[in-house]
Amino acid sequence: MIFAGIDIGSITAKSALIQNGKLIGTLVIPTGYNPVTAGEKVFSDLLAQTNITPQDVTAIVATGYGRNSVAFADKAMTEIICHGVGAHFLNPKIRGIIDVGGQDSKAIALDKAGQVENFAMNDKCAAGTGRFLEVMAKALEVELNDLGRISLTSNAPSKISSICTVFAESEVISMIAGQQKREDIIAGIHESAAARVGSLATKVKIQSPVIMTGGVAKNQGMVKALKNRLGIEILVGDFPQENGAIGAAVLASRLSL
Amino acid sequence: MDTNQNKDTAKEKEKDKDQRKIKSAKKMREIMTTYYLEAMTARENNKKIAWITSGGPVEPLIAMDIIPIYPENHAAMIGASKMGEDLCVKAEEMGYSSDLCSYARSDISCAQVNGGPIGGLPRPDMLVCCNNICGTVLKWYEVQARYFNVPLFILDTPVCHNGYSPEIAAYVRRQIDEYIVFLETVTGEKLDHDKMTEVGHLALQGQKLWQKILKTTTHKPSPMSAFDAFFFLALIVTLRGTKIAVNFYEELAQEMEERVQKGISIIPHERYRLLWDNLPVWYQLKWLSQKFSDHNACLVADTYTSAWCSAIQYIDENKFLDSMAEAYTRIYLNIGVDEMADQVLDMIHLYDVDGFVMHSNRSCKPYSFGQLDIMEIVRKKTGIPVLMLEADMVDPRNFSLSQADTRIDAFMEIIKQKK
Repeated sequence: MIFAGIDIGSITAKSALIQNGKLIGTLVIPTGYNPVTAGEKVFSDLLAQTNITPQDVTAIVATGYGRNSVAFADKAMTEIICHGVGAHFLNPKIRGIIDVGGQDSKAIALDKAGQVENFAMNDKCAAGTGRFLEVMAKALEVELNDLGRISLTSNAPSKISSICTVFAESEVISMIAGQQKREDIIAGIHESAAARVGSLATKVKIQSPVIMTGGVAKNQGMVKALKNRLGIEILVGDFPQENGAIGAAVLASRLSL
Repeated sequence: MDTNQNKDTAKEKEKDKDQRKIKSAKKMREIMTTYYLEAMTARENNKKIAWITSGGPVEPLIAMDIIPIYPENHAAMIGASKMGEDLCVKAEEMGYSSDLCSYARSDISCAQVNGGPIGGLPRPDMLVCCNNICGTVLKWYEVQARYFNVPLFILDTPVCHNGYSPEIAAYVRRQIDEYIVFLETVTGEKLDHDKMTEVGHLALQGQKLWQKILKTTTHKPSPMSAFDAFFFLALIVTLRGTKIAVNFYEELAQEMEERVQKGISIIPHERYRLLWDNLPVWYQLKWLSQKFSDHNACLVADTYTSAWCSAIQYIDENKFLDSMAEAYTRIYLNIGVDEMADQVLDMIHLYDVDGFVMHSNRSCKPYSFGQLDIMEIVRKKTGIPVLMLEADMVDPRNFSLSQADTRIDAFMEIIKQKK
């Protein structure tokens, strides 16, 4: 039997398929303006890619901020539960998840059975989210995907003291004007974001092994900054972005229809 | 066919909702309307008005026939009528910081523009401020005393971090005497001690009834929820020490007993029971109660409304003025975090709840400070899931609906997973 998970995030839509307890395919596309269309497309494209018909799929669970926009899903679950289940499915030893997505960041503590024990999310503030990094990349005229690579060459990260994204941006702009090195500013940005996210992890008393998920997990500079901040190893799996969708697919397989 | 069916289900739902409604609500609205009307016409009837903080000792006012007015109750009404944002913005334009309590902001600006759902409060003849609920009230009442140019009495109740000491007892007791002198000076009349005893008796009776009402929710399914308690609270706050409050709560208690006997629950399918911490999010009551009800979860109790009966144990009705000092000093917001956590744990056991929802209230510092510690203690000692919801009691700019939505969903998923 085949089960599907669909995760509609603020920036990307993800889908995953599992068959007999094994992952058989995933897909990531931009969400764009319409979460409904994105949900349909990310599902049908993945089916086409894996040569599976919609009739073959026994159950679907939708998650992410657009979880209620996926009308054809059998159930909507929050990304917190899905990330927990997804991480446990891919690596049963995982006890902590740090998920940094486009518009929110969260820390999730799992018990030994992989069930969510506690979670904390960023409050009404974009600091420490993907959006924060996006704003900074633009101010620095750097591609978002290059931030991590460039920051790793820094030996003396700049100090960004503002918590607020808007204030931090003006701070960065004055650093640019002061001709501070680009790699140092970027490394400073990562440290600032890591401080925000790290406090969430501390709040829920996260335990090792910890995995990082969400689009920002692809940024090595951010992973390094978090590692330094928390003083623990931060793992990044093969599917950081698709983790929530994978968890949703696993949850679909547990639905009693 | 489908549309007809939908109509039928909608009708059924309406009917079901109607049957679950608490009948006493109508009477309560009438009492509150009369109370405000009487206050509005106080001058014509030669009565004096005192504005007083929610945790302030109101009984001497009642005994001296002074009408007590609660800016906090009024601010809650402003919040519930979704008029908080405008008034908070107005206060910010006057120069007050957006970090200042939204009750204070809306009251300060409302006094100048006579806004809000009832067109502002009647002008005070005096102000009575007790800092057992927070430190903000000191400056807030000073601002209003200057604005209205009326006398202000401050009752200073030291925080009981480690219990109640003889020094605190003597210090507060002496101020109670000063308070009486203050009232006698402003009104030019003497306090009638027999009347004071009677008012003290009624105040205690009212609090005992309020406690009895709140405890009916130990029954499964619960006959009312914290959302109802937020509403019915108004009388024990504003009319404590009067026969009106006692009579009303007797009726309400009886209605609750009947609901328990008939098995009428406030939400259709109670499967999960929750405890609420901190003040309500006044402008989102409807959304929140529907949200939890959709998850078959009932907020059966809260730490907020129970604060108006949590100090009963310290009251001696035969020595009311003496014992009042202790009862007003040892309220929930004026004790140490360990004692607060103990009270929360008692409630978790008494009401047999499956989860704890904490409103981290941007406005209310004394209530929200210490919540992380209480959260940790609760998690360690009970293992029940705890949700932290960031919001504000009156200012909607500090609340994000979609974030709250996801958090509540996730919290309920965890509870369902555990049960």
